Amino acid sequence: MSATLLSVRGLDAWYGRAQVLYGVDLEVGDGEVVALMGRNGAGKSTTMKAIMGLLAARRGEIVFAGERIDGMAPYRISRAGLGYVPEDRRIFTDLTVLENLEVGRRPLRAGAPAWSPERLFALFPNLGRMPQRPGGRMSGGEQQMLSVARTLMGNPRLVLLDEPSEGVAPVIVEQMADMIVELKKQGLSVLLSEQNVPFASAVSDRACVLEKGQVRFVGAMAQLEADEAARREYLEV
Amino acid sequence: MTALLKVQGLRKTFGGVHAVEDVSFELASGELLAMIGPNGAGKSTCFNMINGQLAPDSGSVALGGREIAGRPPREIWRLGVGRTFQVAATYASMTVVENVQMALLSLHGQLFRLWARAAALHRSEALELLAAVGLGQRADEPCSTLAYGDLKRVELAIALANRPALLLMDEPTAGMAPLERNALMQLTRDLVKERGIGVLFTEHSMDVVFAHADRIMVLARGRLIAEGAPAAIRDDRQVREVYFGSGRLVRTAHAAAPGSAAAGTRAAAGPP
Amino acid sequence: MLSGFAGQLLNGLAGASTLFLLAVGLSLIFGVTRIVNFAHGSMFMVGLYVAYSLAQWLAPLAGGAAAFWLSILLSAAAVGALGVLVELLVLRRIYRVPELFQLLATFAVVLVLRDAALAIWGPDDLLGPKAPGMKGAVQILGRQFPQYDLFLIFVGPAVLALLWLLLRRTRLGVLIRAATQDREMVGALGVNQAWLFTGIFALGSALAALGGALQLPREPANLGLDLGTIGDAFVVVVVGGMGSIPGAYLAALIIAEIKAVCYGIGAVQVFGASFSFSKLTLVVEFIVMAAVLIWRPWGLLGKPQGMVRGAAAAEAPIRPMRRAGVVATAALGAALLALPLAGQAFPYLTVLMIDLLIAVLFATSLHFIMGPGGMHSFGHAAYFGLGAYGAAALLKGLALPMELALAAAPLVALAGGLLFGWFAVRLSGVYLAMLTLAFAQIVWSIVYQWDEVTGGSNGMVGIWPSARFASKTAYYYLTLALVGASVFALRRMLFAPFGYAMRAGRDSPLRAESTGIGVIGVHWAGFAIASLFCGLAGALYAFGKGSISPETIHVGRSIDALVMVLLGGVQTLSGPIVGSAVFTWLQDWMIRATDYWRALLGFAILVLVLAFPQGIVGGLAAAWERWRPPAAAAEGRR
Repeated sequence: MSATLLSVRGLDAWYGRAQVLYGVDLEVGDGEVVALMGRNGAGKSTTMKAIMGLLAARRGEIVFAGERIDGMAPYRISRAGLGYVPEDRRIFTDLTVLENLEVGRRPLRAGAPAWSPERLFALFPNLGRMPQRPGGRMSGGEQQMLSVARTLMGNPRLVLLDEPSEGVAPVIVEQMADMIVELKKQGLSVLLSEQNVPFASAVSDRACVLEKGQVRFVGAMAQLEADEAARREYLEV
Repeated sequence: MTALLKVQGLRKTFGGVHAVEDVSFELASGELLAMIGPNGAGKSTCFNMINGQLAPDSGSVALGGREIAGRPPREIWRLGVGRTFQVAATYASMTVVENVQMALLSLHGQLFRLWARAAALHRSEALELLAAVGLGQRADEPCSTLAYGDLKRVELAIALANRPALLLMDEPTAGMAPLERNALMQLTRDLVKERGIGVLFTEHSMDVVFAHADRIMVLARGRLIAEGAPAAIRDDRQVREVYFGSGRLVRTAHAAAPGSAAAGTRAAAGPP
Repeated sequence: MLSGFAGQLLNGLAGASTLFLLAVGLSLIFGVTRIVNFAHGSMFMVGLYVAYSLAQWLAPLAGGAAAFWLSILLSAAAVGALGVLVELLVLRRIYRVPELFQLLATFAVVLVLRDAALAIWGPDDLLGPKAPGMKGAVQILGRQFPQYDLFLIFVGPAVLALLWLLLRRTRLGVLIRAATQDREMVGALGVNQAWLFTGIFALGSALAALGGALQLPREPANLGLDLGTIGDAFVVVVVGGMGSIPGAYLAALIIAEIKAVCYGIGAVQVFGASFSFSKLTLVVEFIVMAAVLIWRPWGLLGKPQGMVRGAAAAEAPIRPMRRAGVVATAALGAALLALPLAGQAFPYLTVLMIDLLIAVLFATSLHFIMGPGGMHSFGHAAYFGLGAYGAAALLKGLALPMELALAAAPLVALAGGLLFGWFAVRLSGVYLAMLTLAFAQIVWSIVYQWDEVTGGSNGMVGIWPSARFASKTAYYYLTLALVGASVFALRRMLFAPFGYAMRAGRDSPLRAESTGIGVIGVHWAGFAIASLFCGLAGALYAFGKGSISPETIHVGRSIDALVMVLLGGVQTLSGPIVGSAVFTWLQDWMIRATDYWRALLGFAILVLVLAFPQGIVGGLAAAWERWRPPAAAAEGRR
């Protein structure tokens, strides 16, 4: 494994008074794609929100690129080079594609791929065909692409990608997979939350499986694929 | 079989965009009909026109021979149409049993009673409905504390309260774990077969669709592009192109590999 | 005639600029922060005061013209700085609390700023200098038109254009528009939204102050401008569409022109009766607003508002009182029955208790629609006023006996509730709040102008109870009996199917409508019931005081009711009772203690909002939940 980029130690988190994460440990190496897997309600989205600082009630040590980021406001975490693509996309529907990208724009960063609208349009040709279209008038799949592109405009070193395959047509899921592989090639690290095993296997180096807010399995993706008992217990039917 | 629901030439346009164009189909009592298609294909719009939340631009929706298009949802409900929503819609400030009692109060025309204690009315009937969906033990818990899968069961109990002839379920298993998905659909299947209810549902989870639907319709860009038994839909070239893709990344093996034994999943997915 | 008409249209254009400047900042602030800023009118007022003082100081230092224009610009800048202060000290702490609490907090700021202005500038009206070089008039279409007004005509569109450029052509503008939709996501994309909010609040405040300062030569600075202008600002923002800048100008234009035309028409003879259109100007904007909201519920250029993320936690199911509650209620009842005995020693106590009981009914009736119905009425004073004036008019005008007048007056309020409610229940959220406020304003201005029946601005006197209830003690018992029975009845209805149906419509309109519940009908009935009981409170008030005036039903009273409910806790059934009692007692005590009672009350509200965001009862209940052992907590709540 390459040098550690993101390291999470003993992460606890709460919704109201209900604890949902219990001492989650997690690492993502530089240039690595890690799948954070588990059933609905296992704590995948919560882990991402907690890392991103979007959940006030959290405890634990989060180090990103050598810097403690737990306790920082979300905007500072983002500026440190951590991008976040939420599960529900959260496109600015009143803004055009270009304006959506503008919101995400941050200065260039050492050690991270540099993005511009032109480069992103090459990666997502669909978006390039509609630079002036308002986000609200795009299909679900196009919005998903825009959400990723908007986050890339911040030139992040690592992207938290929350369930990109949830609720989209299988044909779009395939496009998402191709995109993640391409991003990895460009040197980006990805923490991907996912329930879909074939999708996760197609793109990830390693997997970390959560159940009821606790880590149950960490290892190479191939190892999880081979471990049918673990898959059955924590993931599929 | 005589059609319970007969939809003919349904159309709806939003600001020049044809959301639904000339959709026609039929549904029989006791049948589970799935409506699938990419996001934005017009599934929800179709649903909302049948349920009465939207009035169609043109076309007809007949329930048991009676025209219902354009009537408000609460009238359509009284004619025997139950509905569950993509994001479970329940009353968060009430207990589980009160959620079901609410539908029964409405059914019996008692909404404007000012003095009786609501919590005591129709309680036993509501408890029976909750028992049928497996929530009998949790009747007096606040609805806001239930897990999402259980909320979907509450919705099902509410939807069954007026003994509907037709059940509309918008993505019944969205946001649920795979095990729960199959358990809920199996429960739905048992209940509707036993009561002779027709079900129209939309769904993104292909394993659920192929395991539980009697028949499948595929919508793309507002039009019905295919309709038929699951096996036929699986092998339809056009459907693969616009919806399934190559199938290499679909969630479960049996849906990814068309023609594999869907029936096996159904047997395995019974209540644990 | 034609030239006269054109002159009125020109006047309207000048008025539109003033209205636009007053309102546009409010729209900007709401768009980004989702806070309905009650203190916006205060910024307008302070802007005018500061410009007045600056003009006085600068006049000896700079040339006349330079001093005048400099004082206007500096005033806007100074109030922008004041906005930064308010945002940092107050708003920043409350972005996550439910929207009504934010409103309450900004209302507290209104109270504090009002008394600050009183302390600095005193109670008298202050008229500023004329604008140098624009003191004269120009000849337009054969009429004299003031130069300064002509200048004002261009200010509005100029500010509109600058704001448009800011929002469409700059990065800051893109960020503002993005934050208007989803501020959390903007933060996750690396934007420091805290400073974005501060900046927007400062800009909005500065724009209001600019609007106020530009009134320097036209209108004296006075202490009534804060609440006097906030209504107009709300109307413009709501008619234009919350958050829409061009909408705000369009709305300002329409309202100002209709007003100008009404002035131009003046009194007309219709079927032999004289009808004064100029009197109509007092309510014309509210009529426009009501019409627009019914036709386009999101305003002319507005969009349906998305759900605000992170709203209040789900309410706990209601449960009948447990034994401790019954015992406590019985003890309270006994104490209230025995109270007049102590009244021998403290005669004022009985009077205060009558006020307090009336406030309890007033607040409980509002809570009935606001809590379980989710309808945040900002005009509950209307039904209080209809009850009070109804009682007075029936007693004086129709010479009914007091008992009959007291019994019939709530029906007047009921009629008002049925009429206004029919429109109001079709809306929700901020729009419903504003429409109810508009209706209250209409009632107020009818009362204010209908001299023959209501006594106009003088009000009515000599509304005393009959001999049987003439003594304060007898009237106390009458009030206690009626208020007690009413509160019990309202509570009982909440436990009945009707109360459940109201909550069903609030919790999930989608689910309610798809299970046969006609939400609009149920909420309309709830609105009517609330206005009936509120009318009873008003009637009791009239007979308790012996006199009433338009002041009785001013916007301040509507706000009082809101404060009482929120103070107690909107999610609890006993909240409004505790809240109204605490509020009435606090206010009474402060008014007697100091001239600056408003500021004191404002600080008290701020402390309560920051310390008890669930209200007093809600806060105590939450503390109890935390404190008591888990086994007991599992058993059930309240």
